[in-house]
Amino acid sequence: MADDELSDAGDLSGEDESQEDVLTPAELISRLEEAWLNEKFSPELLENKSELVECVMEQLTHMEENLQRVKKGDLKASVHRMEIDRIRFVLSSYLRSRLQKIEKFFPHVLEKEKSRAEGDPSFLSPEEFAFAKEYLANTEVYLKAVALKHMPPNLQSIDMLKAVPEPCLDSFVFLRVRERQENIMVEPETDEQREYVVDLEEGSQHLMRYRTIAPLVASGAVQLI
Amino acid sequence: MFCEKAVELIRELHRMTDGQLPAFNEDNIRQVLEEMKALYEQNQTDVNEAKTEGRSELIPTIKFRHCCLLRNQRCITAYLYDRLLRIRALRWEYGSVLPTTIRFHMCAEELEWFNQYKKSLATYMRSLGGDEGLDITQDMKPPKSLYIEVRCLKDHGEFEIDDGTVILLKKNSQHFLPRWKCEQLIRQGVLEHVMS
Repeated sequence: MADDELSDAGDLSGEDESQEDVLTPAELISRLEEAWLNEKFSPELLENKSELVECVMEQLTHMEENLQRVKKGDLKASVHRMEIDRIRFVLSSYLRSRLQKIEKFFPHVLEKEKSRAEGDPSFLSPEEFAFAKEYLANTEVYLKAVALKHMPPNLQSIDMLKAVPEPCLDSFVFLRVRERQENIMVEPETDEQREYVVDLEEGSQHLMRYRTIAPLVASGAVQLI
Repeated sequence: MFCEKAVELIRELHRMTDGQLPAFNEDNIRQVLEEMKALYEQNQTDVNEAKTEGRSELIPTIKFRHCCLLRNQRCITAYLYDRLLRIRALRWEYGSVLPTTIRFHMCAEELEWFNQYKKSLATYMRSLGGDEGLDITQDMKPPKSLYIEVRCLKDHGEFEIDDGTVILLKKNSQHFLPRWKCEQLIRQGVLEHVMS
């Protein structure tokens, strides 16, 4: 659907030298959906994908422009309209998921970003980082003004890192394997069990603790479903 | 018993399970803060006595009061923070302008927090690529149908749709129209989506 005349945005290279290959519109949307599902089902905030977001926004603009030029009343127009709305929904939902997690875990998210090494990938886009900092400042100012400053001197501050819960990395997630993995170490669930290894076959689906497969989500070897 | 007022605050929120925001319980908070002040002052006196006169039998009481102080701090903070989460949800549900009934339940500092939150969110959304950014508080549900049933809430005159037909939007009339054409009018309050 995204390949035909209305989406003749052509190749999307040119802006980003960091993208090794040129994505067709269909591949772009497919990547967006993968990122969306991963973010939705992961208990923690995943790596930031602002290049993807930018490309999708550009794609949407192209599609809207093309839609203006189509003959009115053409059935294709309504179907393409629907597609634009669907893509916009997926993109909005993806960004909402991220924002919700940033707000929910704000002290930990900021701490992680602060202690990140130079070359490591960023978890927050610059705009998300600004948003998170403002959220922290806003909340601290509020708590101080309403209650903390009226409390005894030794109780006038709160350690946000301790007060706000961390994401639960031990929650279970469903996943589908995209690249075969060998020797994944699985922790025992009960006292009688011992830790064991599993091989994850390509195409197979599993229910596991997020913590066990977190690096595989980041690398794209598994897809959360 | 100490900390009872603080726990009452928690219970009050716990009762409202659907995310409703009860009125800001200023009275109760003030009482908890007064209790904290009293406990702290008693502790100061006892700590001095314990130090200068070696009355170590005061130490368990001092520790106990300190625990109460911590518990009070934790309860108040939990109460205030939970309210913030409910207020945050209001932005996503009602938009940037809150109904006056809800505003009455918020204290001045909560309103200030809400305004700052709105601003932060707006700045973030504007930055999302393109000229106007992306309003992610819209498109909350996946689009299901091309056409929707709408009822007209006010007279809006003639309305042309893509294939050239002209619809007369008279108050209380119902129409079956393309969804994307109606979104703007629904947001403005001219049309109402009829869900059967």
